[in-house]
Amino acid sequence: MTPPRNLLAKTIPFLIMVPILGSLGNVLLGKGMRGMGEIRHPSVSTLAIYLLKVLSNVWVWLGMGSLLLFLVIYLLVLSWADYSYVLPVTAVGYVLAPLLAHLLLGEIVPSSRWVGAVFIFLGVAVVGRTPPSTTGRG
Amino acid sequence: MRTFLFLAIVVLSGTGGDIAMTHAMKRNGEVKNFSPRALLGVFRQVSRSGWAWLGFGLMILAFVALLALLSWAQVSFVVPATAANYIVGGVGAKFLLKERVSRARWAGMLLVAAGVAMVCAVR
Repeated sequence: MTPPRNLLAKTIPFLIMVPILGSLGNVLLGKGMRGMGEIRHPSVSTLAIYLLKVLSNVWVWLGMGSLLLFLVIYLLVLSWADYSYVLPVTAVGYVLAPLLAHLLLGEIVPSSRWVGAVFIFLGVAVVGRTPPSTTGRG
Repeated sequence: MRTFLFLAIVVLSGTGGDIAMTHAMKRNGEVKNFSPRALLGVFRQVSRSGWAWLGFGLMILAFVALLALLSWAQVSFVVPATAANYIVGGVGAKFLLKERVSRARWAGMLLVAAGVAMVCAVR
């Protein structure tokens, strides 16, 4: 087991990457799927054509790659850090979406969302002050 | 009734999947070597664990239940309600993974759950 101070230094970069890759993956998948249209009369042939169309979209592949990387890093960090530490800390990803929507797309974000974002930051700050691992396993 | 049943499946199987996966990763030991070859070895080893497959199956069940739930229930109710994951996750971590969940960590998880519910609430 890595000593506590080193464990924190090792954990933080992974916990930064998890919400970024998760949010990025969702945005890229959303961008890829936006142009696909709706399936109105589902049949085997229309579903097969739709699937081929989806799989030939570069944004879908980038999104899937990003989400796969997200899952790999999430699992790696769980090999040494507590689940009750990783789960709330990675919720910071919920703050990224309204923040990016406001900064990049100029969307008006309702005040209740900003209040929620403050709650998440406070929660992450409180959990972040506890040791990443309490079981000594890993 | 059906909505709450499916919501319970989403939250319990999603958290259960995460806990089973965490258990599989912990049993394999702390990952210290991050070379692609070593990581491939880690995931090959973990994929031999029944816990990993249980976790994977529960995650898929949670996803399918979420899709089904969204076919009739409003997103403005479903997505904020899944913030219960943070509380159920804390309980699972304490009793199943035997983590020491301190008062500070509980307080943090409650703040995060409330925050996620507020951020996800659609108007």
